[in-house]
Amino acid sequence: MHELSIAQSIIEIVEEKTKSNMNKKVKLVHLKVGRLSNILLDSLNFGFETLIQDTNLNDAKLVIEEVPVVIACNDCGINSEVKGLSFFCPECKSNKIKMISGDELFVTKIELE
Amino acid sequence: MSIIQVERKVLAKNDVVANVNREVFLENKNFVINLVSSPGSGKTSLVEQTIEKCKNDFSICVIEGDVQTSLDAERIDKLGVPVANIVTNGGCHLDASLVSDAMQNLETEKADLVIIENVGNLVCPAGYDLGEDMKVVFVSVTEGDDKPLKYPAMFRNASALIINKIDLLPYLKCNIEELKKNALSINPDLKIFLTSCTTGKGIADWINWLKSNLKK
Repeated sequence: MHELSIAQSIIEIVEEKTKSNMNKKVKLVHLKVGRLSNILLDSLNFGFETLIQDTNLNDAKLVIEEVPVVIACNDCGINSEVKGLSFFCPECKSNKIKMISGDELFVTKIELE
Repeated sequence: MSIIQVERKVLAKNDVVANVNREVFLENKNFVINLVSSPGSGKTSLVEQTIEKCKNDFSICVIEGDVQTSLDAERIDKLGVPVANIVTNGGCHLDASLVSDAMQNLETEKADLVIIENVGNLVCPAGYDLGEDMKVVFVSVTEGDDKPLKYPAMFRNASALIINKIDLLPYLKCNIEELKKNALSINPDLKIFLTSCTTGKGIADWINWLKSNLKK
């Protein structure tokens, strides 16, 4: 539901970072999107494509790297990927865990022509 | 082809404003909760109950998020506590700037407890830091016991869970133990309260917990 405002924030970051390269077209915008970041990727792409029309970004495409949800166990120290929705350590069944990835939403790289 | 390395959080701008809000709250010694739930789970009713039972013990102010109306804010206003209304005009979540604007209309420095009632939505508000101390997620038993599994990000990001409308349990298939188990499988640290705003059951536990978190 909020992908349009997320797309707008992405565009603002790209515009700010490419201010000194205004003569070059933006081709690719790389994102890292955690699986638990509540982003519907199709909606994000749609929102981005809609908002970039008539801007210097109108050729740009999003390249999205989806990041798995990974937890670190405070008891046994093992890192594991959460595939379902159980935030327990699959090794020792402890629930003393810390999420170390999976909720990120980053612009990581911008490629210009 | 040239490449610009960025590594910037998409919501970095929101986080900057959220941190400014947090500093103000910290300076004021406010305890700030961000109430999140589906529409109609009883957030405003619980805010009303909290105000009625606590307004003589400590001072409260409320920031009401509403998609279209000021109906909730009017309910709070009737109880005689300061309230600022934010109408998002269709927007599905509050962001830190909206809360910052609302704070200009409230004397937050006088409050012990600041309640931010978010727009009814269990998806988008999960990602937006408003500067609060904690998110409190709300579920009513009419919504079913699988809610935590459907909205894991919100349950991960919350510190407390209120299971509301428990007076309706005899009429529903909702299994409260299953609901709790589902919530704790997503977030084992959730502090859970069972409440009914109609009968008043469980409200005292909630209020005692609020009191134990006050900073002044």
